[in-house]
Amino acid sequence: MLSIPTQRPPRRLFTLLLFCIFCFPSASQAIDLASFEQNVTEYTVKNGWTFILVKRPVAPVFAFMTVVNVGSAQEDTGRTGLAHMFEHMAFKGTPRLGTKNYEEEKKALEELERAYLAYQEAKLNAQSDAQHIEDLFSVFKSKQAAAAKFVKKNAFGDIVEREGGVALNAFTGADVTGYFYALPANKIELFCYLESERFLYPVFREFYEERDVVMEERRMRTESRPVGRLFEQFVVTAFTAHPYHHPVIGYASDIQSYTMTDAKGFFDTYYVPSNMVTAVVGDIDPKTLIPLLETYFGRIPGRPKPSALRTVEPPSIAEKVVTIKDSAQPFYMEGYHKPAATHPDQPVFDAIDDILTNGRTSRFYRSLVRDKQIAVSAGAYGAYPGEKYPHLWVAYAVPARGVANETVQHAIREELDRLKTEDVTDEELAKFRTRAKAGLIYSLKSNLGLAMSLTDYQTLFGDWRELFRYIQRFDRVTKADIRRIAKQTFVDSNRVVAQIETVTPAVPTPTAARKGE
Amino acid sequence: MSKRLPFILTYAVTVFFLATPVTGQVDSVEQLSYPPLPDIHVPQPTRVVLDNGMVVLLMEDHELPTVQVSARIRTGSRLEPADKVGLASLTGTVMRSGGTITHTGDQLDDYLESKAASVETGIGVASGSASMTCLSEDFSEMFTVFGDVLRNPRFDPGKLAIAKTRIIAGIARQNDDPDGILSREFSKLVYGKDSPYARVESYATVNNISRRDLIDWHAKYFVPNRIILGLVGDFQTEQALDLVKRTFEAWPQGKSFDDPIVPYQTSTTKNVYYVEKSDMTQAKIIIGHLGLTRKHPDYHPVVIINQIVSGSFGARLFSNVRSQKGLAYDVHGGIGFGWDYPATASFSMSTKTDTTQAGIDALLEEARKIMNAEPPTEEEVRKAKASLLNSFVFSVDSPGKILGKFLTYEYFGYPSDWLVRFRMGIEKATVDQVRKAARTHIKPDQFVFLIIGPRQGTAPALARYETVEELDISIPES
Repeated sequence: MLSIPTQRPPRRLFTLLLFCIFCFPSASQAIDLASFEQNVTEYTVKNGWTFILVKRPVAPVFAFMTVVNVGSAQEDTGRTGLAHMFEHMAFKGTPRLGTKNYEEEKKALEELERAYLAYQEAKLNAQSDAQHIEDLFSVFKSKQAAAAKFVKKNAFGDIVEREGGVALNAFTGADVTGYFYALPANKIELFCYLESERFLYPVFREFYEERDVVMEERRMRTESRPVGRLFEQFVVTAFTAHPYHHPVIGYASDIQSYTMTDAKGFFDTYYVPSNMVTAVVGDIDPKTLIPLLETYFGRIPGRPKPSALRTVEPPSIAEKVVTIKDSAQPFYMEGYHKPAATHPDQPVFDAIDDILTNGRTSRFYRSLVRDKQIAVSAGAYGAYPGEKYPHLWVAYAVPARGVANETVQHAIREELDRLKTEDVTDEELAKFRTRAKAGLIYSLKSNLGLAMSLTDYQTLFGDWRELFRYIQRFDRVTKADIRRIAKQTFVDSNRVVAQIETVTPAVPTPTAARKGE
Repeated sequence: MSKRLPFILTYAVTVFFLATPVTGQVDSVEQLSYPPLPDIHVPQPTRVVLDNGMVVLLMEDHELPTVQVSARIRTGSRLEPADKVGLASLTGTVMRSGGTITHTGDQLDDYLESKAASVETGIGVASGSASMTCLSEDFSEMFTVFGDVLRNPRFDPGKLAIAKTRIIAGIARQNDDPDGILSREFSKLVYGKDSPYARVESYATVNNISRRDLIDWHAKYFVPNRIILGLVGDFQTEQALDLVKRTFEAWPQGKSFDDPIVPYQTSTTKNVYYVEKSDMTQAKIIIGHLGLTRKHPDYHPVVIINQIVSGSFGARLFSNVRSQKGLAYDVHGGIGFGWDYPATASFSMSTKTDTTQAGIDALLEEARKIMNAEPPTEEEVRKAKASLLNSFVFSVDSPGKILGKFLTYEYFGYPSDWLVRFRMGIEKATVDQVRKAARTHIKPDQFVFLIIGPRQGTAPALARYETVEELDISIPES
């Protein structure tokens, strides 16, 4: 809930559409972009907010996905985790939703922020007197209590759910932030009201309480789970210059020190209509919906688009290895730097990913799990931690009991090397294409799934139609392409390894520590 | 001329608003009104019973060129002997991975994946399952494979070894993830450590399972009169039924027998338990006891209680423990329902070790409040009912979802109009019934407390209790 996705659905699931989806009874009748478009209306509100409206009247319901083209990659040093924090704040209501008296609450929130900034300044100053800090902290806590008196708790979520909304949630990734839920078809105006209102004037009530909630989220997901700790070490090690290197949830000290003022600044910069896309899919009528979009979403003033990220990750010149010695069982992963998902070679990576990791016929499964029986699971994260900028393709294996990481490492490398020296088979390529096509069809059974893939393509490529155009690129992937990409990617200096090595926990005693020296 | 222009504009605007009142922007959510939703029609599947006793449910869905098949098989790990825990799960896995008499597992993998189809089997606590997904153009071929897997698994010894390796790795890893420890140990405390609803595989029980055991398990339970088959997708019912008959009609009926009663303890005694896990920065806390089944007469009032306690963003636990106190990211609670055996009732959260006691107190406070200190208000009940009734349409928004529900009702012996009864039951439940159900079904004197976390930090919280029983979760070598 209000969460960070650990694993994105692979792009290939969203990439192909060969068969008819809507209103065509014949199963195998192929359709093209032109016929799909008959069900799609694209509309951009005058402030720049783009809507993709899809009629899918299988039941009197609809779902939507709003994607804001901002993620943790847009955060500055010292304010990591702010994109995710804002996502939490987008559930806190507005001046007209969630308050007992907004005029009074507004004053209370301003006083609270002044008190917090004063406390924080003193706390971060090494020369501050401890009693002075303590006093300022007391003032802050009393202002916090004063502001809390005006809160109507979780009014935003409450109204959505009272009216029959389901799947209310949001996510923050390295690239984008997404907000979604589904409603009965007769509540379309409620969606227009709430979704515009929440981004027209978000009120950061309960900000400092929510910061504690996010800190608990970090403790739970990252700190208290062995693989959570490993993923963080992996990503902070992998990137030298690019902001992909900091964890999406943020570092603990940043979470404990970002302010309402920071969140407001972040919102003002990135939550501008021209940086936002919403897909609405289901039992909707674009003719009546468009005037509502203008009325409600049109209230938000247009603002300039945020400037593009400047930093480019330099080529990797050294292999990096992180090992966590832990009481947990072994876990092994190795990542390789690769270009952004918009790069022309992306379909080749999609093919490699499928051939190595998809299903029981995949090369990883057959080698590590079936034949060598050294792992119980082996796969890959196709795009980590994001895909908008150059990122990592990450192979992983869960070693069988008593098997060391280096054993699975060796087997993974064997498969990567094979891709450089031998052509993949015709059957493998054919299976890749067939499954990708079918995979998309299977994934279109939900309004939300479709809303997600449309916003995904609109955000990444600037045009949801890429969902269809991408298909042709799969047919053009050749065996030579795969060898070329494998040779260029799977090299030592381009690699980042992260692993958990099991150690029996020993109670550290002063004597033991001295012995270790 | 110029004088008249404003008038024309005003007039035009008025007409515009009169013609399309819907575009008038509202200032607050209370001003919105909604057109009625059309009556929800729940399509009924076609139900056929084959001569050998197999129940078949079919529902056409022509939106996408795909077919989905799912079966429920009357079996379950709760029927395993205590010295062979893991047998049901292994049978469920190797039935498919091990291939059939005529096709090896590898051949099935190649064939299915080249068609982007899948056939999978598994056995859970209370039922077995088998599923198939394919493009409708491959339906007939793939269904033949599905039938072959159900009827003629070869239980290849090599694939059994792979499946055992996987379970054994799982045992070795069972204490790595705090959530796994919490649910496993809490089940043991609530159902009793030897109950089939709580016990887990060990190296010894898995090593004690032979290929012969799998063959016998399959022969005993995988018979047509213990199978309910559901098909949904892009087919014509008549043709699909023909295909089902061609595939399964010749399968002889199996011996009919009643499954034994599965033992579990029906009440608990208040006590505090602790598991040390030193690599956490939080404590995990769960408090609770045995829950209910859906057949309980208080089912509908209790669904409303759960909605009020933890069912939404505005629910009590989320609002008070998370948003207001900032104590936890994940906080849950409620009285769980099983289909044919009671689930657990619990309040749970994760919080930094320093606030372990505050966390325990917050959960206890919420339990006491809902019981009697601050029982559900009329407004809360009204809101919970609105939420459940307004979102009802989502429980029937696709043929696949509907068919899945009918399969479940059929398997556990619930009436086929259970969905309609659910809605009526929620509509009819009164505030008094809800309050009474809260007093009846939350039993603090039966609460078991389980706390997982590092000793440092949680110790002061635990020191407040007279006795704390520390659980040994070390994994027995054999």
